[in-house]
Amino acid sequence: MADLSSNFIGITSPNPFWLASAPPTDKEYNVRRAFDAGWGGVVWKTLGSEGPPIVNVSGPRYGAIWGADRRLLGLNNIELITDRPLQVNLEEIRRVKRDYPDRAMVISLMVPCDEESWKDILHRIEDTGADGVELNFGCPHGMAERGMGSAVGQVPEYIEMVTAWVKHYSKMPCIVKLTPNVTSILPPAMAAKRGGADAVSLINTIKSVTNVDLDHFSPFPMIDGQGSHGGYCGPAVKPIALNMVGEIARHADTRGLPISGIGGVTTWRDAAEFMAMGAGNVQVCTAVMTYGFKIVQEMISGLSQYLDQKQMSLNQLVGRAVPNFVEWQDLNLNYVTKAVISQDDCIKCGRCYAACEDTSHQAIAMSEDRTFTVKDDECVACNLCVNVCPVDNCITMKTLPKGAMDERTGREVGDYANWQTHPNNPSSHAAE
Amino acid sequence: MLERKVTKNSALAIFYLLIKISTCASLGQKNSKTGSLALSNSPLTPGIVAGRLPVAALADNFADHTPPLDRHEARVAADRCYFCHDAPCITACPTSIDIPLFIRQIATGTPDAAAKTILAQNILGGMCARVCPTETLCEEACVREAAEGKPVEIGSLQRFATDTLMAKGVHPFTRATPTGRKVAVVGAGPAGLACAHRLAMKGHDVVISDARPKAGGLNEYGIASYKSTNDFAQAEVEWLLQIGGITLHHGKALGRDVQLADLQKDYDAVFLGMGLAGVNALRAGGEEKSNVQNAVDFIATLRQTADKATLPIGRDVVVIGGGMTAVDAAVQSKLLGAENVTIVYRRGQEKMSASGYEQEHATSAGVRIVCNAAPVAVHGDAAVSEVEFAYTEDTANGLTLTAQTFRLKADQVFKAIGQSLTGAPDGLTLSGGKIATDAAGRTSLAGVWAGGDCATGGDDLTVTAVAEGRDAAEDIHAHLSARA
Ligand SMILES: Cc1cc2nc3c(=O)[nH]c(=O)nc-3n(C[C@H](O)[C@H](O)[C@H](O)COP(=O)(O)OP(=O)(O)OC[C@H]3O[C@@H](n4cnc5c(N)ncnc54)[C@H](O)[C@@H]3O)c2cc1C
Ligand SMILES: Cc1cc2nc3c(=O)[nH]c(=O)nc-3n(C[C@H](O)[C@H](O)[C@H](O)COP(=O)(O)O)c2cc1C
Ligand code: SF4
Ligand code: SF4
Ligand code: SF4
Repeated sequence: MADLSSNFIGITSPNPFWLASAPPTDKEYNVRRAFDAGWGGVVWKTLGSEGPPIVNVSGPRYGAIWGADRRLLGLNNIELITDRPLQVNLEEIRRVKRDYPDRAMVISLMVPCDEESWKDILHRIEDTGADGVELNFGCPHGMAERGMGSAVGQVPEYIEMVTAWVKHYSKMPCIVKLTPNVTSILPPAMAAKRGGADAVSLINTIKSVTNVDLDHFSPFPMIDGQGSHGGYCGPAVKPIALNMVGEIARHADTRGLPISGIGGVTTWRDAAEFMAMGAGNVQVCTAVMTYGFKIVQEMISGLSQYLDQKQMSLNQLVGRAVPNFVEWQDLNLNYVTKAVISQDDCIKCGRCYAACEDTSHQAIAMSEDRTFTVKDDECVACNLCVNVCPVDNCITMKTLPKGAMDERTGREVGDYANWQTHPNNPSSHAAE
Repeated sequence: MLERKVTKNSALAIFYLLIKISTCASLGQKNSKTGSLALSNSPLTPGIVAGRLPVAALADNFADHTPPLDRHEARVAADRCYFCHDAPCITACPTSIDIPLFIRQIATGTPDAAAKTILAQNILGGMCARVCPTETLCEEACVREAAEGKPVEIGSLQRFATDTLMAKGVHPFTRATPTGRKVAVVGAGPAGLACAHRLAMKGHDVVISDARPKAGGLNEYGIASYKSTNDFAQAEVEWLLQIGGITLHHGKALGRDVQLADLQKDYDAVFLGMGLAGVNALRAGGEEKSNVQNAVDFIATLRQTADKATLPIGRDVVVIGGGMTAVDAAVQSKLLGAENVTIVYRRGQEKMSASGYEQEHATSAGVRIVCNAAPVAVHGDAAVSEVEFAYTEDTANGLTLTAQTFRLKADQVFKAIGQSLTGAPDGLTLSGGKIATDAAGRTSLAGVWAGGDCATGGDDLTVTAVAEGRDAAEDIHAHLSARA
């Protein structure tokens, strides 16, 4: 069993799997059960200032998209921050942290954008014995209209300012949670760093409308015949989150800033991918909202088996893929692969054929008896057939060795050469 | 109830059946002792008697063999379809239903559209969903059969779609402008009905004559009860006739009440779809003894008897034959409460025309299958008491009887050794005992088409009869249009 114990900006936990600030971490009852199930830490459901609690809708607050067999792929919500009184939350936090000293207890906060509000809440958090705070600059609905959440997260100056207040009034580690609802994730990340953040966490949810009720002509979730946009999360957002995490991890100005990876983490493999892309740990929300707390057992066993097989420590995994995350112009244009269909595995559904014939490069031949074969002289190696084939690993990509003939272009596979030196590039300045 | 689903573990099923039978037997005795009217007979009662099983057991035995999918099950099943390119299941369907399309229509919540996709190719798609041997047709070809040995449940999904539409009483097709042409159709079985519907849709007027009191052909009189429950065959005929332009005459037999020459004279075209009304003989001594019956007649009676508790059945039943009819007669005998039911087939089991799935269905219902034996004599006084068989050898030179014989106790014998065409009108060329037709269904007589079991080609299945009826209608239509 690999050692999964984690130290993220000085906050230790038995494993790098935390629950993200959301319904699973909304109250003592949940969090105790989550810890009993094995979760390494939680980011408590976002707290607001003292005062009358937030009000949620009393109709449906979630929408979703599904894959085959109604597997939930994307979830959308219009829930706001905690709707329970601040004092109740604080007492619960204190009790749980006392009983689970080895688990990470981070408190998510969202208060109005003025110094007093932040100063006030921070002292009360410190009192609970919590390990750190996460600044929720992410919620894209409801709170943003009130000048909080993503309304702050979309303005780098505000991020920097609030982060600086937090660092000024508290010694606690401070994580800044970023919203993906921006054209580039880098300015907000840089602002957090300038403000003194110990880490960033991302992504929060993405503005979305999952579906439209075709009887009432209203976006869903529909509240009395109307719907507003919500925040999107779950497996469908993972690709967006991975890119953003990677961008921060590799950029010269943000490199080294610890990242807590969030967005669609569902299995140990997703977690490992986030960590390879630069995340020091991961946070999970939708997957537990879909399957319950127990999935952490698979995440623990899966990640530790993987690390054992690779003979790698958790720290060695973090950021391992970042050096290979490059720009398109850096890719080797002399790298040639061809799709290969394993006739033993093929079930003759013809999906690869339909995809390549109708929409790609007409590079798959279909015989009278439904044998599907790749025409090497047409295949551009786009990988579409691999992606549409229902049988895992039935179509694979073989790499042509250097010197081999690419039957499509009639050229031999040469040495590494990218777009920057390519003769077709008007602005290339070939080395020779 | 245990017989309703074909279990993979037939041995286990037989075991349970034995338990059930013994329970029933003791129950029967107890009741007779206490003078209760509930159940006086059991599987062990000698002779041919009714009410061998309690009413509830009979109801269960003859209930829907493959219960319909509910909406959730249909969604789950539909999600398994890969929407294959040039899908092999379509090729395997004799009526070429666009299976991936209709399944996608179910998956996207539009079963009515799915039903229309099905019915456009196969107007008896509802019945075919119940009776097609899918394990040797579409589902055998499904790529998920190759992938996991578990095909997409095409038959059940087809039923889900067609049942949904038919439950609304919706008929999704309309007639073209009437052409003024008249076509005579003989036989209201699957072939005749499919032909009539397609012709009516094209705007022609159709008059169907059928010898029997009810329409539907073997859908009404032949198919096993548990495949077509709740009078589905009649409901389907009524639904089909909603297209309009079809007149149906019952009790009118070709050769007896109507003559081909008159039909040719009075109509623009004639389609013959009269199935196989004759039954082959055993050619074994004693065949004429009482209680030796044609399996198809037994089944027809069974299908027309609503209260199965009134149907007499033997304690020891012997069924001779190796096809679907033999299996259906045997299984239904068992379901009525016969104690011992044996199918005896003259060649090896692999040559039985009943599919492996059907054979398993029989054995799991407790039917014994004896192969390589042919009947040589039927023994008994007035009524049969035993059948004597000789073992056979199936060699390159044909089937020969060996000197080894054995006898099976039998108080009832069903002959299921094939049906034959009877009363084919003069002047028609026959081939292999059936009306010779070309691919379009044309017979040797100009203006006369034929299809279904009575014609060459096809597999003697409901679905091939539908395909042939439909295709003949298209050819008739082309022919009539060209003449116009
Ligand atoms: C016991 C049994 C079980 C079967 N089970 C299945 C099954 O599970 N699945 C499957 O796919 N197939 C099954 N079949 C086969 C299937 O029923 C036939 O292939 C199909 O019904 C043929 O259709 P048809 O229209 O050609 O003939 P039929 O269904 O036989 O219809 C012929 C019609 O013509 C009428 N007719 C006959 N003679 C005359 C005449 N002289 N004048 C006027 N009308 C006449 C008859 O009354 C009948 O209505 C089974 C057959 C039998 C016997
Ligand atoms: C119902 C719901 C409520 C949420 N509430 C909060 C919140 O109060 N504070 C916060 O920072 N993020 C909130 N989130 C965002 C999650 O913490 C997380 O960033 C996002 O769901 C992406 O992770 P996932 O794909 O694992 O769900 C919420 C998400 C959901 C689904
Ligand atoms: S990789 Fe692309 S071009 Fe090559 S066979 Fe597959 S789909 Fe066609
Ligand atoms: S998609 Fe895959 S399984 Fe289907 S035909 Fe192509 S290679 Fe075979
Ligand atoms: S072969 Fe099977 S998976 Fe493919 S289209 Fe037909 S039913 Fe669907």
